[in-house]
Parts: sequence; C-alpha cells; structure tokens
Amino acid sequence: MKKTLMKGNEAVAEAAIRAGCKCYFGYPITPQNEVGAYMSARIHKRGGVFLQAESEIGAINMIYGCAATGTRCMTSSSSPGISLKTEGISYIAGADLPAVIVSVQRGGPGLGTIQPSQADYYQSTRAMGHGDLRLPVFAPYSVQEMVDMTTEAFELAEEYLTPVIILADGLLGQMMEPVSFGDDNSEKPGKSFSWAADGHMGKREKNEITSLRLYSEELEESVNKRFARFEKFKENHTRAEAVNCDDADIVVAAYGSASRVVQSAMEMARSEGIKVGTFRPITVSPFPEKALREACKVAKKVLVVEMSMGQMIDDVKMALEYKLPIEFYGRQGGFVPGPEEILEKIRGMKV
Amino acid sequence: MRDYLIAGFGGQGVLFTGKLLANIGLVSGKQVTWMPSYGPAMRGGVCNCSVCISDSLIGSPVVHHPKTLICMNGPSFDKFVPAVKKGGTAYIDCSIIDQKYDSDDITCHYVPATRLATENDLSTNFGIIVMLGKMIKESGVSDMATVRKAIEESVSAKKADLLEANVKAIELGMNC
Repeated sequence: MKKTLMKGNEAVAEAAIRAGCKCYFGYPITPQNEVGAYMSARIHKRGGVFLQAESEIGAINMIYGCAATGTRCMTSSSSPGISLKTEGISYIAGADLPAVIVSVQRGGPGLGTIQPSQADYYQSTRAMGHGDLRLPVFAPYSVQEMVDMTTEAFELAEEYLTPVIILADGLLGQMMEPVSFGDDNSEKPGKSFSWAADGHMGKREKNEITSLRLYSEELEESVNKRFARFEKFKENHTRAEAVNCDDADIVVAAYGSASRVVQSAMEMARSEGIKVGTFRPITVSPFPEKALREACKVAKKVLVVEMSMGQMIDDVKMALEYKLPIEFYGRQGGFVPGPEEILEKIRGMKV
Repeated sequence: MRDYLIAGFGGQGVLFTGKLLANIGLVSGKQVTWMPSYGPAMRGGVCNCSVCISDSLIGSPVVHHPKTLICMNGPSFDKFVPAVKKGGTAYIDCSIIDQKYDSDDITCHYVPATRLATENDLSTNFGIIVMLGKMIKESGVSDMATVRKAIEESVSAKKADLLEANVKAIELGMNC
C-alpha cells in the first residue's frame, strides 16, 4: 500500500470518510481545524455531509440526532470545545448510540494554549459528561494509528452502542507522517439497525431514542447493561504495548505523543547500560491494568511521563496497587518534553 | 537520525520545503516526520518546521536543536542559528540576512539563494528551494533522481509547471 505524507488531522478525516462516516458536524478550534477543513472539501463528493454548527454544543447535538437514525457520524474538537460537548456526549451515551469523537488536546485550563498537551486525560477517561459513564478511549501515538483507530472506532461504536473517543493532541494533529489507508467504503450503504429511529412508515413499532428514564428500576437496568457492555469491551479490546520490559529495572509508562519521546529516551538509557523498558497504554479507557502488572514484573521503579501535571499516573498507581515506587515527569503549557530531559530523570532514579 | 529545522517568513515556502524534504525521506523508504510551528511561535516574523528522517521510529518530531538549519530571514537567524547542535550546519540566505555568526562550533554556508532564484527567472519563493538544493548537495543526503520523485509527490499534478521550476531551483542550489 502506497504511503503518503499527511497531517494527523487530515488523516483522521480521510479515515472516517473511508469508514463510511456520512455526517461530520463540527465547530472550528485550533489545533484540530484541519479535520473540518478536510471534511468540508471532500465528504460531500463522497456521499456525505459536512456541517459547521453554530457552536460545539450545536454540533454534538446534531451528532445525537444523526446517530439516532443509525447513520455513521463523527465530530472533533479540542479541549475547551470538548468541554462544551460533554453534556451532549452524556446524552448520546445515555441513549446508547454509536458515535466517534476526536479530541485533539491543547493546553488548559480555560482557553489555555493551542499547543499540544495531555491535560484532558481525566476528562476523556472519567468525565465525558455527567452520570455513571465509562467510554472507550483510544490513544494513538502516530498518524497511522490515528487512521487505524478511527476506522476501528466506527465498528466498535456500533457493536458496543457507545460513543468512542480518539484521544490525540496538537502534536499528533499537526504533524505529518507517512500513512496508508485501508479500503474505501465511502460508497457502501450503511448498516441498518433495529433500534434506529429511521422512519418506519407504519411497518413496525416506533423506536424511541432517549436518555430519560424516570423510573429507578429502568435507569438502574440501563446503567447496568451499559457497564456490562463496557466490561465486555474491556475483555476484548483493552490494548497496550510493552517494549524491553522483560529485564527492565525501570518501566516508563506514557501514552500518545509522550510515549514517542519516552521510546527515544529508553534507547538512550539502554545505550548507557540502564535497563529501561516502556509501557504504552493504547486504550487509556479501559486502562490496561493486567498488561501493566505483567510489564512491571521485575521492575524496581516505575516512571510516568505525561504532558500534564500527572493524570494517568493515578491509573498506574491503582493498577500496580501502590506496590512499586512510582515517580513522575511532566511538562505543561504546551511543551513537548525532549528525550534528553526524560533521560536525565531516569539517570537520577537510582535503582 | 537526521533532523532539520527550516525557518523563515510566512509565505516564503518554509512549510512546503519541509514537506518536500520529508517526501525525499519517504521516497527513500525512511521513517519521516514533519512538524510545523503553529501558534505563538509563528508571531514575530518566524515560521518554521521540523523534519526528521530516520531508519527507525522517530521519537519527538519537534526539533529544538537541529543538526541542520535552513535559515531564510533575520528573526530566524537570531533565534535558531545559536540553537544549532555543536558540529551542525546552518545554511543562511545572505541575500536576505546581513549577519554573520561568530562561532566555530557550527559550519555556516552563506548562500545568496533568493538572489540566485530571481536572477534565473524564478520567483523569490524559490530561494528556499535553491537553498534546499545546496543543502542536499553539501550533505549528500539524496540525489537528483530521488529529489525529482519527491517533488512529484509534493507538487499537485495540476501545477506541472511548478514541478519543473522546483527541479530548476534544486539544480541551481546543487551547482552553486
């Protein structure tokens, strides 16, 4: 398959169109504007619709309506915009509808900066809206993974009846890397679903899409069912990558962009004779707890590296049941750490 | 791994030149990354992009201390020439930048790239491509056949005239 150079944001859009995404609703925000720009130039020529909503809240509620008809749809935004979308995401999850949501993190809180960040880990893994709610979150670390995970996300969203989050950041969105795509399914008709509110012409009972369940029994049942599906997702799709952990004294855990830099730092440390391995959660929700415990079997210390003050570190601590000393290195404000500074931290860890 | 920083004014072709360089790596079967500056880094007359070309996985695509710098205006001279790694190389357009860098830590090539472009009936935008040609020649990173393929990848088919202009600019740089 021929590889072409593409920005992460553009590649996500192309992957979505190829996956049969029929509707994209969005509102501009840096650093993810290329997703909407790419969609606006192309999706209408390939059987789909691009619509720039009046706001992020408008866009996510268009997704709610569109998903209710069983039509494949996607929205994307960046940190402040994702915050605005969370109300709608909660409704979509509460109504058990499939959708793909791309979150290209920038520095916060507030308007923060448009530079890359990983400060929305809590938001995407814990707080994509109110209510008892866990959503699958994929954390790509390359443009190719952004493509592969977007493609997969549409399938999984429909299989598990849930919004699926692609958690990227400004670095992955803005950088270009060689990328190849799978089949183009943009012309294929979408699946039909028994639950969809897609017009019945009096031929069947009406389908009702709602997140309102006033009776406690009904709401409890729906929450339990949703969590049972999430458990099943956990069994079948939790993913991680461990490199050089078999003999590692120090395991460095990082996801997304930070994990790329960690990879370079590990190679530098290894060449100095420091036994370092790396652990990269590919799904950050569900968190790959078992795989992390496995990767840390012989480790004496664990280092967590994030472009934040430390959020994933909580999942690492819980997964390891606080049995190992866990240290942290982070950069904020839009800085992407260099491998040298992580190496410096590793050198100082004394094992 | 080879890493590059290309810096100049917005509109000078900085991002395109980076893409062309990344495509040279891609056509050669290497791993490549291209990362633009965006946001506040672009204010104050400096537009830049980082390119990494490697045989193995590239960690951070952000280059703070490049081994190779292509420098196309005064503000990027001030900002980036002192950031070049010791032993690295800076290619400085002396038809735009009057300054000289006083240090033996790095090699500086002063090339009147933009003037060379305009003297040869190319627009000023091709100055940076002339400079890329010079860099390719000096570093031996690639050859003309590969560069031609990369130009074909980088220039849209609708703009065939630009293809030949880019080839001409690269050759000008290689032969100066």
